[in-house]
Amino acid sequence: MNSVHNAAQAVLEVTGLSVGFAQRGTVLRAVDDISLHIAPGEVLGLVGESGSGKSMTAYSLLGLVEPPGQVSADTFRLCGKEMRAADERAWRQLRGRRIAMIFQDPMMTLNPVLRIDTQMVEAIHAHRRVGRGAALEMAAAALQRVGIADAPARLHAYPHQLSGGMRQRVAIAIALLNAPDLIVADEPTTALDVTIQAQILAEMQALCQASGTALLWITHDLAVVAALADRVCVMYAGRIVEQGPVDQVLAQPAHPYTRGLLDSTPAAAPSQHADNAGATRRLSTIPGLPPALGERPEGCAFRPRCARASAACLQVPALVAVSPGHEVRCFHPLARVSA
Amino acid sequence: MSVGSTTGTMPLLALQGVSKQFGSAQGWLERGAARLGWLPPAGSVQAVDQVDLAIMPGEVVGLVGESGCGKSTLGRIAVGLTPPSAGERRWCGEAIDRLPASERRRLQLGIQMIFQDPYASLNPRLTVGELIAEAPRVHGLIGRREQGEFVARSLQGVGLDATMASRYPHQFSGGQRARIGIARALAVRPAFLVCDEAVAALDVSVQAQVLNLFADLREQLGLTYLFISHDLAVVRHLADRVAVMYLGRVVEMARVGELFGRPAHPYTQALLAEAPTLKVGKRQFIPIQGELPSPLAPPSGCHFHPRCPHAMPVCSKQAPALREVAPGHDSACHLTSG
Ligand SMILES: Nc1ncnc2c1ncn2[C@@H]1O[C@H](COP(=O)(O)OP(=O)(O)OP(=O)(O)O)[C@@H](O)[C@H]1O
Ligand SMILES: Nc1ncnc2c1ncn2[C@@H]1O[C@H](COP(=O)(O)OP(=O)(O)OP(=O)(O)O)[C@@H](O)[C@H]1O
Ligand code: SF4
Ligand SMILES: [Mg+2]
Ligand SMILES: [Mg+2]
Repeated sequence: MNSVHNAAQAVLEVTGLSVGFAQRGTVLRAVDDISLHIAPGEVLGLVGESGSGKSMTAYSLLGLVEPPGQVSADTFRLCGKEMRAADERAWRQLRGRRIAMIFQDPMMTLNPVLRIDTQMVEAIHAHRRVGRGAALEMAAAALQRVGIADAPARLHAYPHQLSGGMRQRVAIAIALLNAPDLIVADEPTTALDVTIQAQILAEMQALCQASGTALLWITHDLAVVAALADRVCVMYAGRIVEQGPVDQVLAQPAHPYTRGLLDSTPAAAPSQHADNAGATRRLSTIPGLPPALGERPEGCAFRPRCARASAACLQVPALVAVSPGHEVRCFHPLARVSA
Repeated sequence: MSVGSTTGTMPLLALQGVSKQFGSAQGWLERGAARLGWLPPAGSVQAVDQVDLAIMPGEVVGLVGESGCGKSTLGRIAVGLTPPSAGERRWCGEAIDRLPASERRRLQLGIQMIFQDPYASLNPRLTVGELIAEAPRVHGLIGRREQGEFVARSLQGVGLDATMASRYPHQFSGGQRARIGIARALAVRPAFLVCDEAVAALDVSVQAQVLNLFADLREQLGLTYLFISHDLAVVRHLADRVAVMYLGRVVEMARVGELFGRPAHPYTQALLAEAPTLKVGKRQFIPIQGELPSPLAPPSGCHFHPRCPHAMPVCSKQAPALREVAPGHDSACHLTSG
């Protein structure tokens, strides 16, 4: 949408970002030298293999990586501030108000022993001086926006009294409370049905358009990425292997891994079996296993699973453009789209 | 009644008229305050409302419905984790909950659940290898010497590297943890498995691998599933029959081809119409129009009537019964009950 903003205005500008875990004398890189920029109002989708480092990337963007994890970056600017040497105090000034995170697991946001109203009022009071009554009203309105019916009554519930999807939505509502500059959402709608998901995506879009909130949306749901994001980054084994405008990447994937992802989607599989129930139907999968951290192969990490691999792939491929804005990290990309 | 009972064999698991009501679980202070009128009373929820469900051996029944409609609660009732407020659970025809404790525990081992929330269900102090081998060791399914090999095979089955066995749950990503939960449930070789959003946290290529594993286990061992998922494509792929829930009630049940091809209930029709696809491209999402129905105070009559494009006067007065609209296809709607 507004991807024309230049880098100076970017909400987030990070290059050479790595997250490492020291282990037996070596440093294992869960996130390995990635660069990201997001403009105000822009939606960046981040997809990739389970364990490829998406959540670690998200944590590092909010200063939430805990030891023994170590974060390093060449440049790291967030909301106009230099964050490379930021201490916990600097992070706390941004978190919650200017940047917010929706965790993959809602119980990382929610405290199991406190009622929802207590937690939401606390989140509001952390950044605003309003009375308790006004705060409760804001909390109820936020719950309604994420499709929770009977919000005033649900405010009295403890987390365990809500369904899994409701807990997820409460966590989303808390992130929306202060209309931050950047929301990092880690698989926020994984367990939500299509109606509620559409409601939340509508709220997110409205927020991006009205307040210029930028969104980093981590998901494995390619249909959501297709409908919501402006650009998409595909991660594999800690690196970005492909990035570009969503329609291009999904319609003309250049990296063999992206192609494999698209082929594994059950909706895309030709399984219009009318009533052959009981027969074993198999989905197309990418052969082999994703490499464990520490077992990652040399060169292109996708090599052992890739049908196009050659001896050249023993080196690490660089991220190169196949068309303007569409980049791929592969020696034998599937598409040489001309500009 | 469901199709299962007409085939002549005995259902592996049958739920008969089960209901679950959650009261207000407030502390005494809140209860007192509510009684004095300082706080609104927290309502009670009819999470599951008189559901009949029979699952045949080797069958995969999909369970879909809106967030909060009672899917997890029904799944927990099926595995015996939540006692129903009314109704009965039968395992191979027997009222399992009325059996002596030792007998029940033995049968219960064959009934496992993969939880929606893998975080809470894994003991953080055990390594993944210990987590997977624990139950099969206790129940004598494997010996000490086989343990390493067993854990390695279990991990590979769900797409995890065998070298991960010595790590602790917090060292895994969300999708890796979800797969540890799956490996653990499968480790005791269950006959019946409730999968509650079991593949929701997995990227599509790993998801395809796990779905293929489920299909293989069913083929090779006759494993029977109640498969709860919000993902219609996944349900369509895996299930033989599908039950659709709306605010605590089953509103439609049919074989998978029939349900996706000729949905009878207006809610099912709405659900299918909204299923996202890869092709649409960037689009503007529309917020839900009007009030969302509350599980705390569900609409009268047919719970779906305020959102139904076909609602008639009777719909707000009377709850439609689940009736057969075609062979093996049940729907609870006044449009088709006349
Ligand atoms: N505390 C830790 N110590 C060592 N390794 C870790 C730790 N936490 C995570 N990892 C590893 O770092 C890698 C990246 O994890 P991350 O959670 O970022 O993956 P992800 O892309 O979010 O995957 P998913 O889609 O499954 O959530 C994984 O291989 C994981 O096993
Ligand atoms: N322990 C509990 N105490 C009180 N209410 C509960 C409890 N567990 C569930 N509920 C309520 O029961 C209803 C059904 O919850 P359930 O978890 O079964 O829904 P679900 O269909 O699994 O939803 P989701 O798709 O969001 O996981 C909800 O309104 C929920 O708030
Ligand atoms: S660089 Fe080589 S191994 Fe890696 S994806 Fe491309 S062709 Fe395959
Ligand atoms: Mg993650
Ligand atoms: Mg649930």
